[in-house]
Amino acid sequence: MKIKRLTFTSLAVAVSASAAHAVEIKYVLWDSNQLPAYQQCAKDFSAKHPNISVKITQSGWDDYWTALSTGFVSGTAPDVFTDHLAKYPEFVKNNQLVDLSSYIERDKLDPSIYTDGLYEVWGKDGKQFGLPKDWDTIAMIVNMDIAEKAGVTLDELNFMTWNPQDGGSFEQIVRKLTLDKNGNNATSDKFDPNNVAVYGYQNPGAGGMMGQIEWSHFAVSNGFKFQDKPWGSEFYYDHKSLADTLDYLAGLPKKGLSADFKNTQSLGSDSMFIAGKAAIIPQGSWMITYFDNNVKNKYHWIPLPKGPSGKRATMFNGLADSIWSGSKHKEEAWQWVKYLGSADCQSVVASKGVVFPAIKGMAEKAVGAQMQRNIDSSAFLTMSQSETYLPPIAKNGARIDSTMESAIQSILLGKESAQEALSDANKKVLRYSK
Amino acid sequence: MSFMSRKLKSSLFGYLFIFPALIGFLLFYAWPAGRAVGISFTDWNLLSEPYYVGLDNYVEMLEDDQFWNGLKLSAYYVLLNIPLQIMLGLFLAVAMDRLTKSLFVKAAILLPYLLSNVLVALVWLWMLDPILGIVNSLVAFFGLAPQAYLGDPDQALVSVAAINIWRHMGLCAMLFLAGLQTIPKYLYESASLEGVTEFQMFRKITLPLLRPVMVFVLVTSVTGSFQIFDTIAVTTAGGPLDSTRVIVYYIVQNAFSFYKMGYASAMSVTLCMIMLAYTLLQMHIMRASESDLN
Repeated sequence: MKIKRLTFTSLAVAVSASAAHAVEIKYVLWDSNQLPAYQQCAKDFSAKHPNISVKITQSGWDDYWTALSTGFVSGTAPDVFTDHLAKYPEFVKNNQLVDLSSYIERDKLDPSIYTDGLYEVWGKDGKQFGLPKDWDTIAMIVNMDIAEKAGVTLDELNFMTWNPQDGGSFEQIVRKLTLDKNGNNATSDKFDPNNVAVYGYQNPGAGGMMGQIEWSHFAVSNGFKFQDKPWGSEFYYDHKSLADTLDYLAGLPKKGLSADFKNTQSLGSDSMFIAGKAAIIPQGSWMITYFDNNVKNKYHWIPLPKGPSGKRATMFNGLADSIWSGSKHKEEAWQWVKYLGSADCQSVVASKGVVFPAIKGMAEKAVGAQMQRNIDSSAFLTMSQSETYLPPIAKNGARIDSTMESAIQSILLGKESAQEALSDANKKVLRYSK
Repeated sequence: MSFMSRKLKSSLFGYLFIFPALIGFLLFYAWPAGRAVGISFTDWNLLSEPYYVGLDNYVEMLEDDQFWNGLKLSAYYVLLNIPLQIMLGLFLAVAMDRLTKSLFVKAAILLPYLLSNVLVALVWLWMLDPILGIVNSLVAFFGLAPQAYLGDPDQALVSVAAINIWRHMGLCAMLFLAGLQTIPKYLYESASLEGVTEFQMFRKITLPLLRPVMVFVLVTSVTGSFQIFDTIAVTTAGGPLDSTRVIVYYIVQNAFSFYKMGYASAMSVTLCMIMLAYTLLQMHIMRASESDLN
């Protein structure tokens, strides 16, 4: 989330492919990397629908949600917007989203074209609040210059195992990649954990209620489950599987394998990786282009390690396009949403190779497009075929997020034991979710 | 008769001059403030219709640990920020008054204040990064132990205060310098004929005669820094471990993350009352509208 914070001075870019007297649909998104693809979609769309023009505005993550909710109140929100699973329950609760089910039925849309699970998470009680646009998974990025010097092969990296007791082959590799100021790695007796030059692995942070890139994949591969069901009110943050995972992550800095939590909260793990101070970090597929533009050394994306469950696990998050209930042009807005969810637009998005579109088979096309730019992003595809789980969906998400952020920070700072902090936090979470 | 009309005329002119500012005040301050008082008696999540809950928000506030913690952190921040900022500002002003008339020096000292808050915060976020920042590189160069600054719960608020002292002391210095230049030079001349030391001149002449400026600086900088928000939003987002979740940050979080507009308004109204009480008290104690020069 750090990048989002640094770039919250928003770039607002507006494109308008407009014909005179056309109905104008306002559309917003937060990821500037995706803007060119959607500009292309808007152009193609207007060519097919000369009476509708689409105006796209992009603003950074933090501004995005504030602007959207103030827009709802003041009646100036965009007709169509990119929606997030963590945010949409609040909008549904307050009747801000148009139920798309009657449009879908009327136009005979086939939801089975989308990758399994992506369509269903945007529905509740027979209503449908968004049409899937793309998905993301998590992988790890490795500095291959450091790995090669340490004699660690790509094959070893691709098939790591992990457990919360001794860290499995993951920790063995991390030890080989961690170097102190004298050039000793962390498998050596001479290794000085207080004078580390390159950390083998860097946990990005506390991760709030999702731990999307921070801890959820370790925890789930260790038997953890967020909640009873999407929208469910039972949460299991006090489960031992999560406590053991967080104890393990909090222990890495003590071994000198990661930097202290308090030293990584300003510029963070991404900058450490780019500066060559961290050899492996976890990240999401939406960062593929960012790293390719910024990393100067040789790098490679690798799948996450297999956990005690014997499987790799990743959060599988899907974005969708939603229509605001206050839109004055709902029919035109629906035409645009339908186009965004169609193979026509999603194949354009795939060809730009920035994110993985929701329609089955399109992700492989995106990976191919990235291969053309010499980026191997197949690790994310591997992850999508492993054990996947959705981010938790609950009402009062922002308060649950804030509670979990504080609790996990106190664990990573060594102020509280994981079991203690998590059981207190889970009690608060249950009060918010019920 | 002619006296009356002259007085009327001049007061009419007065109103004419403050008219543009008055419009801005009514439209952007008074009206929203009035609305906030109204909202503070409702439960409103921004998206649905508000409904009246009487004093519930205020009762909830008094029982909310995080509200009190936020107030405490803001007060602590003021104590970290103001004394040093005013002392440094005063020192710079006296030094400039005595040593230089250079416009370049004045501009250089004021420059940090002219940069946007967010920019200053971002620059310092980079410089203070514990692993990649230049500050720890310098610290290590001098053989000292590197620190976590904004990442350490014990240092984060101090670091934010340091950033803002750096940004604001130039403005303080300019205000004091303007005040210094209203003090008649003959006072210093006769004092030095009497053989009074520099330090005594500062204590007996400069400080007392600077009082109106001092009141202005104190009131604006204390109320301003009690409302610290932007630097924190950019550098720490209230963390680590809530150590910088000052009252205004908590208010914004309630309003725009938790969608508790009524509750956020109740806290804003309370904060406004506290600031108003402080301002009146400060002006009363320091007899702000009088000058010792008359």
